[in-house]
Amino acid sequence: MDELCTGLCSVLVEAGADAGLAQFLSLLVGVLLVSGVPLITVILLIWIERKVAARIQDRIGPNRVGPVGLLQTIADMIKLLSKEDITPAAADRVLYNAAPLVSFASVVLIWAVIPFTPFHYGVDLEIGALYFVAIASFGALAIMVAGWASNNKYALLGAFRVVSLLVSYEVPLVFALLLPVLLAGSMSLLDIVNAQTGMWFVALSPLAFVIFYISSQAETGRAPFDLIEAESELVAGFNIEYSGMKFGMFFAAEFLHVFTNGILMALLFFGGWMGPLYYESPLIAFAWLGAKGGLIYFTTLWLRNTVPRLRIDQIMAFNWKFLVPLSIANVILISLALKIMQELGWAPRDLMGASFGQMLPTTFILLVINGFMILYLLGMMRKRGREARRESQIAQASLAQAAAD
Amino acid sequence: MELNAITIGFVVFTIFTLGGGIGVVTTRNLFQGTIWLMVSLFGVAGYFVLLSAPFLAAVQVLVYIGAIAILITFAVMLTRSVTRIKERYIRILPSFIVSLALFLILLFGVTVPIFSGHLPESAPEYVASTRDLGAALVDENGYVVPFLLASVLLTAAMIGAIFIARDESA
Repeated sequence: MDELCTGLCSVLVEAGADAGLAQFLSLLVGVLLVSGVPLITVILLIWIERKVAARIQDRIGPNRVGPVGLLQTIADMIKLLSKEDITPAAADRVLYNAAPLVSFASVVLIWAVIPFTPFHYGVDLEIGALYFVAIASFGALAIMVAGWASNNKYALLGAFRVVSLLVSYEVPLVFALLLPVLLAGSMSLLDIVNAQTGMWFVALSPLAFVIFYISSQAETGRAPFDLIEAESELVAGFNIEYSGMKFGMFFAAEFLHVFTNGILMALLFFGGWMGPLYYESPLIAFAWLGAKGGLIYFTTLWLRNTVPRLRIDQIMAFNWKFLVPLSIANVILISLALKIMQELGWAPRDLMGASFGQMLPTTFILLVINGFMILYLLGMMRKRGREARRESQIAQASLAQAAAD
Repeated sequence: MELNAITIGFVVFTIFTLGGGIGVVTTRNLFQGTIWLMVSLFGVAGYFVLLSAPFLAAVQVLVYIGAIAILITFAVMLTRSVTRIKERYIRILPSFIVSLALFLILLFGVTVPIFSGHLPESAPEYVASTRDLGAALVDENGYVVPFLLASVLLTAAMIGAIFIARDESA
C-alpha cells in the first residue's frame, strides 16, 4: 500500500485524509488526466487535420471562428450537440446507441498504457503492446455493431467491407509490432522505449516500421485505404444513419486514432521521449515525444490527401499477398540474425541500457539484412509491374484487333 | 468476505459473465446473442486479470472478441433469419443432462480440494510473468509437447480450411 501511495496521495494523507480515500482520489485524478488528454487533443486535431488538408489542396481552410479558425471545432461541436438525435425506427436501439461509445472508447483506452515521459504514464502494463492490439480489436466490433444495428443495407455493406479490411490489416500490424517487442525482450511500452537508449528501432528494422505505418494507416481507414467512407460507392458507409454527436463520436474516434498511432510509432520505433536533454526535465521528454508523434501524424495526413483510393480487391491482395508474407519473413530473419549475433557476442544480450557504440555492429548487420530484403522486393515488384503491363498491352492489342475485324 | 477492489471486480465480472451467458440463451435475436457472448467472454477476461494473468486476459480479448466473435457475427449474417427466431429448442433433456454433468464436475473439482485441504499452489509461484509463461511453453520439462501438438493441429485446420474454401477451377 505504501509504495502505491506517492505524489498527490501522500500529500492528502499528510493533510489528514483517510489512506484508502487518498489513494482512490489520486487514482481518480490520474485516470481523469489520462483520459482527458486525448479528449482535449482531439478538438485541436480536427483543426490541424482540416488546415493541413486545405493547404495541400491549395485552400486556406477554416479561418473565420477565432484566430486562424482555431475555435471552428468548438463551433462544430456545439452544432453537432444541438442537432436532433435520430434513431431509426427499425434500428436495434441499445446496440445502435452503444456503438459510437465503444468506437471512441477503443481509442481512448489505448492511452492508458502510453508513457508520456519516463515518469508519467497511466499504467505500465507488462503486456502493454498486446493490450494495444486487444483494445484496437474493439474498434472493428463497434463498426460491425453500428452497421448492423442501423438496419440499413448501405450501412451493413459498408461495415462488412471495413471489418474485413480491419481484420486483415491487423495481421501485418501485429507482426510488425512483434519486432520492437522481440528486440526489447518485453511487451511493456516503457521497457520498449528504454531499450532504445542506444539505438532507435527504426534503424534496426526500417521495414518493420514501414509495415506498421502502412497497416496502421489502413486500421484508421485513411486513404489509400478509406473504404470506411467511400462516399462515391457507399453513400457514407457504416455510419450513414448516425446524426449529431453520435456521428461526431465516430469521427472523433477516427481523428484521435490517427494521432494515437503517430504517438505509438514514435514510442515503438523512434525512441519515444529520447532526444537531447530529455533527462533534464519530464517536460522536455514530453516535448520530444510530442514532436516525433506530431511529425509522423503530419506525414499520415500528407499521405491521406495525396493518394487516391484503392479498390477493395487491390487492398486485400496487397495485404495477404505482400504485407503478410513480408512481415512474417522480416520477423523471422531479424530475430534469427539477432540471436546468432548474440551467440557470437557481437550484439548486447540485453538492449536495455546498451550504449550507442555497443549497438553499432548490430544495427549495421540488421540494416544490411533489411536492405537486401528491400532490394529483393523492389526487383520482384518491378518484374510484376512489367508482367502486368505486358498483359494489359496484349489485352489492348486483341481488343484493337477485334475492333478492326 | 472482505470488501475490497478485488471483491468488487469479481462481482462485476461475474455479472458480466453470467449475465452475458443468460443473454446468449434467452435472446431471440442471433446478432444480439453474439454480442451477449462477447460480454460473457469479456467477463472471463476480467477473471484472468483478477488472477494476475494479464497475458491470458489480453489474449482472451484479442482472440475471442477480436477474432472469433467477429467471425461468428459474419457467420450469423449469412444465416436465413437473424432476428425474431420463432423456432424453439426442443432437445431439452440431453442439454439438461450434459449441463448438469458439467456443473457437477466443476462443483466437485472446486469443492473437493477446498474441503480436503489439498489446495493447488497458486499460479503466480511458477508463472510469475509473461516471460515465464513463454519459457514454460518451450521448456522440455514444461509444455513443449502440448504446444507443438497445438501448433500442428492449428496448421492442419488452416490447410483444411483453405482446401475446402478453394475454388475447384482455380
